[in-house]
Amino acid sequence: MDRSSHHRPRRIVPLVAVAAAAALALAGCSSGSGGKKAEEGGGDGASAGKANTPQMTVALVTHQAPGDTFWDIVRKGAEAAAAKDNVKLVYSADPNAGNQANLVQNAIDQKVDGIAVTLAKPDALKSVLGKAEKAGIPVVGLNSGLSDWKDLGLLEFFGQDESVAGEAFGKKLNEVGAKNTVCVIHEQGNVGLTQRCDGLKKTFEGTTQILNVNGVDMPSVKSTITAKLKQDSAIDYVATLGAPFAPTAVQSVGDAGSKAKVATFDLNKDLTKAIQAGDIEFAVDQQPYLQGYLAVDGLWLYKNNGNYSGGGEQPVLTGPAFVDKSNVDAVSEYAAKGTR
Amino acid sequence: MSMTRQAEPAVTPPPAPGPKANDGRTTRRTPVRRLLARPEVGVFLGVVVVLVFFLIAAPPMRDSSSMANILYQSSTIGIMALPVALLMIGGEVDLSAGVAVVTSALTASMLAYQLSMNVWVGVIAALAVSLAVGMFNGWFLMKTGLPSFLVTLGTFLILQGINLAVTKTITGNVATDDISDMDGFAQAKALFASSFELGGVQVKITIVWWIVFAALAAWVLLRTKYGNWIFAVGGNKESARAVGVPVNFTKISLYMLVGFGAWFVGMHQLFSFNTVQSGEGVGQELIYIAAAVIGGCLMTGGYGSAIGPVFGAFMFGMVQQGIVYAGWNPDWFKAFLGVMLLGAVLINLWVQRTATRR
Repeated sequence: MDRSSHHRPRRIVPLVAVAAAAALALAGCSSGSGGKKAEEGGGDGASAGKANTPQMTVALVTHQAPGDTFWDIVRKGAEAAAAKDNVKLVYSADPNAGNQANLVQNAIDQKVDGIAVTLAKPDALKSVLGKAEKAGIPVVGLNSGLSDWKDLGLLEFFGQDESVAGEAFGKKLNEVGAKNTVCVIHEQGNVGLTQRCDGLKKTFEGTTQILNVNGVDMPSVKSTITAKLKQDSAIDYVATLGAPFAPTAVQSVGDAGSKAKVATFDLNKDLTKAIQAGDIEFAVDQQPYLQGYLAVDGLWLYKNNGNYSGGGEQPVLTGPAFVDKSNVDAVSEYAAKGTR
Repeated sequence: MSMTRQAEPAVTPPPAPGPKANDGRTTRRTPVRRLLARPEVGVFLGVVVVLVFFLIAAPPMRDSSSMANILYQSSTIGIMALPVALLMIGGEVDLSAGVAVVTSALTASMLAYQLSMNVWVGVIAALAVSLAVGMFNGWFLMKTGLPSFLVTLGTFLILQGINLAVTKTITGNVATDDISDMDGFAQAKALFASSFELGGVQVKITIVWWIVFAALAAWVLLRTKYGNWIFAVGGNKESARAVGVPVNFTKISLYMLVGFGAWFVGMHQLFSFNTVQSGEGVGQELIYIAAAVIGGCLMTGGYGSAIGPVFGAFMFGMVQQGIVYAGWNPDWFKAFLGVMLLGAVLINLWVQRTATRR
């Protein structure tokens, strides 16, 4: 004991000195512009006190791929509702339908009070949802599965099919006078993304082309969109299917010397800035926050007051909501917080 | 050349004893054959064939700006493929190389943003983190003696999780904040992600760096003692140790070189796109390894070059963009990619075997 107390200061002094020197050196390096300091202020997302109902557990099981911005917002909405309704939220996700079914089974085994699930591949979830029904656990659907939730015996549905978003996008392209668009799929084989492009193709009166890019490698996304714009110089609109890819598409348009405009599905805070600056024409938003929020809130209402939205007949649509130069200022504040 | 001859084993069986006393095994090969036996020649010929093919099949590719675009994509793969190739010559693989790029970019971005520091602070810290990750890979490998596939699969998963979880914890989102308005950004962008005009075409700076790094790697590999060590530890670790090659140092430093590459590409991505998505980079490690293998590096170690992976990365970039320039059905994209790569490897293999046959 004595020894260590003698030794310790000797070892620590140089360390402290180095740390202090580093801190001093770093202090001289602070950024005069941007950074977190410039953006401080503003609380968390919407919060409205807390319900005094007994605590219940809700499992939210989605087909999110790790690190996807969109699902992050869904989850934030669900968390906000959970905090308000005194709900313990258990979140899990897997893009593989079989694994997603296992996660639902896991929730049933945990004897949760309610399950909110996305139905990207409804057939794969059929049997496990039957088990939930048998176990008497209410299940609500969100996001994907607009045409299947009723058949699967779900209580209610919050969201908007990807194909509906795609169709709305196509109509908007007609409105702005686009003639030739390329739909950029950042994850080949993804059901939701394919549905968006298919929906777009259905309503868009001009030519629609599909382009697959490697979404995990941004430089590759940039090169590939550039290549496509070179290959077909008639393209006048680039439609990206995820918010992070739209600014990259803008760079590609510049690199290719093309006159194409860029519009996108989904929204984030960089996008609202780009829309304000006029770099990106519009974004179609299906309000993922609302989907997560309403799904959890819906289960809480059912448990505590027997309500169900849509009366078990009609889905609750959360979109499509367009964000363009005319209304971007109103939503940018929330997008900056990562909740819209 | 018939298929049966291509399918011959790499080591030609000794010919049946003939009337001649000299069976040909000890004769000197002609200079052409010796040139063809270099690891990078096969891939070079493959690149030429594929290039000619696409120049015919895809008219937009004849434009010089298209070539700049292909070279750009190739350079971002190629800068990483170089250290990955050296590591492979040294007998190891690094599966964490793809996500390590993103780890580096996230570190720089979040550190600078959260502490409102000059972005260079983030850049330097990211270099330290990247080198540390490489050092850990190498140290853990040498300490345990486990296969590098396992060790780096572990770090791959760890980094993947850390990228997501730390980003989410610190920023509250899954992507980092835009740092383009911060001090030092313009300088860093000039170094890592600028472009300049050359003959009326915008050329990305990464292409220049790629060539510089490749020349450096080739020099180290062929002209320095360290280069010999790399071949030695990849060929036979124990023999190398027996003749006095510092095996641990060589392998750990090779992993740190991969770390350096990851840092450089990570900085390019950050200063090119202003923000970083935490889920990126997964699967890229295989592309780097593929570029090295197409470039003539053996997965078993001890054989390869620094110039080969340059062509390997170029081949990859060219096929990927060539399919788009040709306007082929995008649903088949990955299948085309696979077929083209196999074709390239076959040409490579054929050249190797023809050249080394006596």
